[in-house]
Amino acid sequence: MLIIVNNPALKMLKYILPLLIFIAISVFLAIGLNLKPHEIPSPLLDKPAPAFSAPKLQTPEEKLSPADLKGQVWLFNVWASWCVSCREEHPVLNQLAQQKAVTIIGLNYKDEAAPAKEWLNTLGNPYTISISDQEGRIGIDYGVYGVPETFVIDKKGVIRHKHTGPVSLMDVQQTLLPLVAKLQAEN
Amino acid sequence: MKRIILFLLLAVLALAAQAIDSLQFSNPEQQAAYESLTSELRCLVCQNQTIADSNADLAADLRRQVYEMLQQGKSKQAILQFMTERYGDFVLYKPPFKAKTGLLWLGPVAFLLAGLLAVFMVVRGKRRAEEEKLLQPEKLDKIRSLLLEESGPDEGDSH
Repeated sequence: MLIIVNNPALKMLKYILPLLIFIAISVFLAIGLNLKPHEIPSPLLDKPAPAFSAPKLQTPEEKLSPADLKGQVWLFNVWASWCVSCREEHPVLNQLAQQKAVTIIGLNYKDEAAPAKEWLNTLGNPYTISISDQEGRIGIDYGVYGVPETFVIDKKGVIRHKHTGPVSLMDVQQTLLPLVAKLQAEN
Repeated sequence: MKRIILFLLLAVLALAAQAIDSLQFSNPEQQAAYESLTSELRCLVCQNQTIADSNADLAADLRRQVYEMLQQGKSKQAILQFMTERYGDFVLYKPPFKAKTGLLWLGPVAFLLAGLLAVFMVVRGKRRAEEEKLLQPEKLDKIRSLLLEESGPDEGDSH
């Protein structure tokens, strides 16, 4: 203590230290406040899209698997007629589909065929194809925990991006479309 | 009347009990594995509940997944790996020790050590300050002169 009192530089430190601690705590709190705990980073990024063979919603006798989509960039959008945020997202997807920039495949997650078809008939169908996952098993393979979710899958069938929650117009313009353009330029 | 109310209450309780999955296990070890796994895995929708506690749809699906994998004879390790491959480490209530989670595991230890160090330094500083206060030469001179004054100049120094 005596050393501190006698050394002017250290004496200053004694007064500055609480301020420094306060700044450090503020920085951590600010980071903490801006984290989004609902956005869990997906371990599937840069991994091959999990395989499935699922019946198409409109024509259940036909099946679709990710292998059928090799060679093209596609969005894999998880949706359900019971999902409230999907309703918010739907117009954005419709608009994106009109631009024909990318193939959009829907995963109709834990839903019944009748209300799902009804949803597409009334709100419009942005999906090239929707597949049914009534038991949510494909959802588990894709680590789906909050509908809607959107995956961007490249020509080789590798997951390159995951968006949790409704996609907004801004997300489309700032993230999805540039990424799709970049991936389409890849071989 | 009381009996009717009691009956209704019990009926409601019976319904609540049925909402919990009724599963058949082939042996007690499998049941124990099921119970420990479902209380180790996080429900990602509610985030602060295990899949055993949660009534969310996803939690029910994950419980079903765990049950089916156990029935297929998969090990606990294999099931935990299956879950982390899909949902990441966040699905585990007990995160593994890695470079990324090092701060989480070692942080509390570091804070404890820093606290102990601070206590040690304060205590040592105080003790040293007190010792030095006693050993300052001008103070010693003052003490000596005071003692001299009191005992008178004749008797003076005792040694």
